[in-house]
Amino acid sequence: MNYGEVGVLLMNIKIKTQKNTYYDSVTLMRISKELKSLEGVEEVLVGMATDLNKELARNLGLSNETIEGLTVNDFFVTVKCTNEELFEILLKKLEELLSKKDDETEEYSPATLESTLKNVPDLNIAIISVPGQYAFAETKKALDNNLHVLLFSDNVSVKDEKTLKEIAKEKGLLMMGPDCGTAIINQVPLAFANVVKKGSIGIVGASGTGIQEASVLIDKFGGGVSQAIGTGGRDLSLDIGGIMMIEGIKALEQDEKTEVVLLISKPPAPEIAEKVLKTAKDSGKPFVVIFIGGDIEVIEKYGGVPALTLEDAAIKAVQLTNIKMKTPEIIEEGRDSLIKMLAKNLNKDQKYIRGLYTGGTLCDEAMIMLSKTIGDIYSNIPLKPHLKLMDPIESKENSCIDLGDDTFTVGRAHPMIDPATRQERLIKEAEDTEVAVYLMDFVLGYGSHHDPAGEMIASIEKAREIMRQKGYEAVYIASVSGTEADPQNLKEQERKLMEAGVVVMASNARAVGLAADLIMYHRKGRE
Amino acid sequence: MSKINDLFKTELKVANIGLRSFAEDLKNQKVKVVHVDWRPPAGGNKKMIALLSKLK
Repeated sequence: MNYGEVGVLLMNIKIKTQKNTYYDSVTLMRISKELKSLEGVEEVLVGMATDLNKELARNLGLSNETIEGLTVNDFFVTVKCTNEELFEILLKKLEELLSKKDDETEEYSPATLESTLKNVPDLNIAIISVPGQYAFAETKKALDNNLHVLLFSDNVSVKDEKTLKEIAKEKGLLMMGPDCGTAIINQVPLAFANVVKKGSIGIVGASGTGIQEASVLIDKFGGGVSQAIGTGGRDLSLDIGGIMMIEGIKALEQDEKTEVVLLISKPPAPEIAEKVLKTAKDSGKPFVVIFIGGDIEVIEKYGGVPALTLEDAAIKAVQLTNIKMKTPEIIEEGRDSLIKMLAKNLNKDQKYIRGLYTGGTLCDEAMIMLSKTIGDIYSNIPLKPHLKLMDPIESKENSCIDLGDDTFTVGRAHPMIDPATRQERLIKEAEDTEVAVYLMDFVLGYGSHHDPAGEMIASIEKAREIMRQKGYEAVYIASVSGTEADPQNLKEQERKLMEAGVVVMASNARAVGLAADLIMYHRKGRE
Repeated sequence: MSKINDLFKTELKVANIGLRSFAEDLKNQKVKVVHVDWRPPAGGNKKMIALLSKLK
């Protein structure tokens, strides 16, 4: 590799830059993480010289004039480390990691979509995950070329989203997103999605982890999925008007393989809910709806089957397909004695739940269930404004944290890709001896970390040790959202957690239910 | 019937623009995918991008 500039020594900070070389953010964050693990490296930042990365470098005290002068197409590495030799080792490692990436991509990789389509004219769908400010142009190009689109990028304006969805509707194309993390089209998991069995349940969902949890539970209960269409989180807002969900339902209506339709969203704008539900009713197919935490009467008014949790939605959808339901292997037998046993190790002053979530919708589901039983839940994405944590880094009483929220992902990978944010958070939480239960989700599938459970074990053990030194022991309850066919393998991940003494439940709803009952039981015992 | 239903009956052939890992995941599943070697147009210069898009 030829570096464009010579290394600059700034106290113990070293910097190398490379002009006109582009690497995507996830690749770079992964590399950053590997380099950080080298011994003697205090801090390292590897990135494209975007305004955001330059700011990060400044904040970390890793910047200088050279970095400030770079443009978005320039690559830089800046390191705080103890000696020259280590810097050389780090550069060698960097080169290795980057060239490993290059080897994998020796094949045809054109520079633009236009040139791609000239050479491979039969492409039919585009996955677009460029930085937000470029997403509109790339998506419009794809739609203009009659490609269906999954737009993963966020930071796209409502106005642009509406324009893109109207173009797609006019052309009869899918326009999933922006901020669409999950879809399963023709059994192919796209972006963050699981390997689920083929079947007759068609999903349209405005939530990525909502689709993931529902689809893996459908699989767990013996059902299967025909298609899972993501719409992006804002689709059912007044501004967008549910364009993609409506078009998705119409497509599932025409799809012979789909017998039952499942709709997933946070509570929509009321008039949009009516529009969407009317379309579902007109499809003539039975449909299950989960508006997480929303009104169920309107669903019944249109003849839909309302569900209260994602698990409830999966069960009801499978029941409507008339296939024989499978009972999940992790059963509820002995639940009461389990609660008694878990409560035994809790001290009187341990009273709170801390939900540390990587999936936003799973965090929402937890808060809705918990607030009905144990009371107010503080959060960085609270159900009510007054429950917003003043500082998202400091939990308060009962708290559920969405670690995938923008607050935590600036310049860092999403915790489903890199568990570091949650590892650090758990260790911090362990200092609080009032915590009785830690609640966690582990989302498997393509896109996610290759071993999310394994990566948390050391932190769970460390957190335990911190509490033990003060004479406390907390309970860890988790659920794993995945299937045995996922690259990480559900059973394998569950086994790792169980071996570490984590109580593993078959769904997020069950994990939350158990945590709530344990808190209530312990509360009674304290009175 | 819409193009969406045509897609449901056709083998997926993907153009991946952005995160390379998405293309790698698809390749591992033997799905046909072309990774577009995208980079910010006009070196990320907003004025230049606006001008270029007017030329098209």
